[in-house]
Amino acid sequence: MVDREVQELEKAVEEIWEIATARFGLDPFPVRFEIVPATVMYEVGSYALPGRYSHWTFGKAYHRMKMMYDFGLSKIYEVVINSNPSYAFLLETNSPTQNKMVIAHVLGHIDFFKNNVYFSKTNRRMVDEAALHARRMGDYEFKYGRKVVEEFLDAVLSIEEHVDPNFFIRKRNQAAEHDGERKADRREGPYDDLLSKEERTENASSKETGDDQRKRKPNFELPEKDLVYFLMKNSPILEPWQRDVMAMLHEEMEYFIPQMQTKIMNEGWASIWHSRIMREMDLPTNEHLEFAELHAGVVSPHKGQLNPYYLGYKIFEDIEKRWNNPSSEEREKFGRAGGEGRDKMFEVRELDNDISFLRNYLTEDLCDELDLYVYQLVDEEDWTVSEKNWEKVRDQLTVNMTNFGFPYIEVVDGDYDGNSELYMVHRFEGVELDMKYARKTLEYVHKLWGRDVHLETRVDEESLVMHYDGHEHDEE
Amino acid sequence: MSVQRNDWSLQRKGQIDQDRHKDRVREAIKKNLGSIVSNESIILSDGKRVVKVPIRSLDEYKFRFDYRKKKHVGSGDGNTKVGDVIGREGQPGQGPGQGQGAGDQPGQEYYEAEVDIDEIAKLIFEDLHLPYLEEKAKHAVPSKTTKFTEIRRSGVLANLDKRRSLVENIKRQARETGEAHIGPFKKEDLRYKTWEEQTTYESNAVVIAMMDVSGSMGEFKKYIARSFYFWMVRFLKTKYDNVQIVFISHHTEAKEVTEEQFFTQGESGGTVVSSAYRLALEIIGSRFPSRDWNIYPFHFSDGDNYYSDNDEAVKLADDLISTCNLFGYGEIGEEGASSYRRSSGALLSIFKDRLRSQNRFVGVRIDDKEDVYPALKEFFGKRDEV
Repeated sequence: MVDREVQELEKAVEEIWEIATARFGLDPFPVRFEIVPATVMYEVGSYALPGRYSHWTFGKAYHRMKMMYDFGLSKIYEVVINSNPSYAFLLETNSPTQNKMVIAHVLGHIDFFKNNVYFSKTNRRMVDEAALHARRMGDYEFKYGRKVVEEFLDAVLSIEEHVDPNFFIRKRNQAAEHDGERKADRREGPYDDLLSKEERTENASSKETGDDQRKRKPNFELPEKDLVYFLMKNSPILEPWQRDVMAMLHEEMEYFIPQMQTKIMNEGWASIWHSRIMREMDLPTNEHLEFAELHAGVVSPHKGQLNPYYLGYKIFEDIEKRWNNPSSEEREKFGRAGGEGRDKMFEVRELDNDISFLRNYLTEDLCDELDLYVYQLVDEEDWTVSEKNWEKVRDQLTVNMTNFGFPYIEVVDGDYDGNSELYMVHRFEGVELDMKYARKTLEYVHKLWGRDVHLETRVDEESLVMHYDGHEHDEE
Repeated sequence: MSVQRNDWSLQRKGQIDQDRHKDRVREAIKKNLGSIVSNESIILSDGKRVVKVPIRSLDEYKFRFDYRKKKHVGSGDGNTKVGDVIGREGQPGQGPGQGQGAGDQPGQEYYEAEVDIDEIAKLIFEDLHLPYLEEKAKHAVPSKTTKFTEIRRSGVLANLDKRRSLVENIKRQARETGEAHIGPFKKEDLRYKTWEEQTTYESNAVVIAMMDVSGSMGEFKKYIARSFYFWMVRFLKTKYDNVQIVFISHHTEAKEVTEEQFFTQGESGGTVVSSAYRLALEIIGSRFPSRDWNIYPFHFSDGDNYYSDNDEAVKLADDLISTCNLFGYGEIGEEGASSYRRSSGALLSIFKDRLRSQNRFVGVRIDDKEDVYPALKEFFGKRDEV
């Protein structure tokens, strides 16, 4: 890209910012746009944050994305980072029209990051934090060996999604409890503020007295949904550096969870605003055409799948319509005055997440228009449409998103059988676990806990307890 | 608000972690060599250099739902009705597509890795070793090659060594003018490369691939033989400059065939092993004198030889062994049959009992695709050479 093009892009950014904020009332963080080559684009895309720590799984994702790009199968136009100021990466091969649309889209995302309540507790300096994590992880690799760190990461990553999305509440409570005592405490590690005072002193004393502490009946707060936190805090075998690694991954996952909770809304919101902003811009005819094509490519149904861009876009549009022109029933029953479409959209973008968004605003008409359906495997062979009733479809959608699509698993006992064994329960909600994967993951949990691990779940409508003792699997 | 364009040319993070992933793939391949050695996509690769093989143990395991038992939501083109079939299980690109989160994606049983056949070969051959090579090497055919080895002051202009001539020029200028620079060239500056003739010994090897194509040799048995020959030929090619293969298929009679016929032709009839050995001896006698050739006869059969032929087979096998480096015999059982079911009257046990020169004979039993790799190791493993 030559300097003239960069200057034009700067002009476009200013114009788009002006339209987004002054005309449409968006309220994004300031943004740094960075034009990057494909290799960097796919790197940021596969790591989800620039400068993050190293692990082969990122390399695998990178390789796959890069290959898709090289073969012309898929292309990422932008990656945007939730931080203040925000970072947005633009692919250097984007055409001017693509860039304009992408910039408008990005402003929609950043407005969402800044104003949606689920993001309010995210660390807005996560890029710096992730870089610090990467540095520490690198130090551990240097000190303990790359293989050792990698294998430990394999284990932690297997349960990384099992964290408490509302963890900030505990952090706040603990901070309040121990406020004032803090200054007197010796700081042991950067994540001690995640631990309560007793735990901190416990940690310190365990170093001195060795195993003595283990003999005491442990005092866990149970049940505990946050597996990463529970193991980090209570595992009898982990070294301090390993707990630190877990704390880092925990923090990064807490940062990503709101993005997992608002995928449909976030993409819908960004798509609504890129289309409106582009309509306000003074585009030459050929760019108009190109934009129309691009937009149609992004916001269109994918047969057999759900395109979050399209679904979110349609729902936001529908909200605006219904609050602008309420039916007589809605006027009477809910006291909607009409003409409140814009306000309502902004309220939704502030207060909802995907689950409440769908539950509250996916209507029968929309379900029909989008031709949504539930499908399942019949006779082990055919994926068959099994339900078209809109309420069932809506409920299935929200069920599938519960706990970001992961099974809900809790620790219910950290001293099972009086033997410091770990007992977890899968809160069964109708869908069985992938047993092969569950066994392998149990092996990882065992690695983190160091003693026998158990997972209670249901298979074929009967309760089943899976055991792993470090050598053998057993199920009963 | 700003637009930036930085120099990212030194950014290699993705590349570095991609290499870490590659390391993992390589490790996994090493662990799974047994199944990879006989993988169809390699054996039937037809000269392709990179193939896809399924690799176990590279999945990122998590607690996740069984996607086959889960209900999914999709969107159609407007006319979807209950009961419509939208995809078949096991077909790529159909059925449940990308979901919202990682836990929603369909389970791929295996991670498919792209691997370079040469790289796999390197791993497989790491432990392999060519038996009885040395004593044949001295009979190898000499051939001449040339190699530039020396620098001289005279020679052909085409062989001018420009760099050295420049250096000489600068040195002379420095001597004459007290300043090191490039000046006009004189004849004494010029340096020429010259060559020497070297004699190398080309080593030749011939593989006599023999296979039983009697009625009892089914697809599976042929495939096993094929996988084995695939790697054996590749292995020998790393050791010898010139590897020739002669294909002999036999039932009650033996004949020399093309490679394609060898692996695809189905025939029927009984089994007379000695016919193949006799033909092999004839071919060796007329075309591959053991003075010049390293000879590797290998024979695959299901061991069900015609009873009265056994004596003759043993005698001819002994003759074969006396002319060759190593005689290999692979007995292929039914797919999945376990070893205790092998029949005692089969050729393998007869060979093991009655052959005179056991140290040049390797006999293995293969019941499963996974046995091919151990068999290779057995044939080309380290042994005490006498």
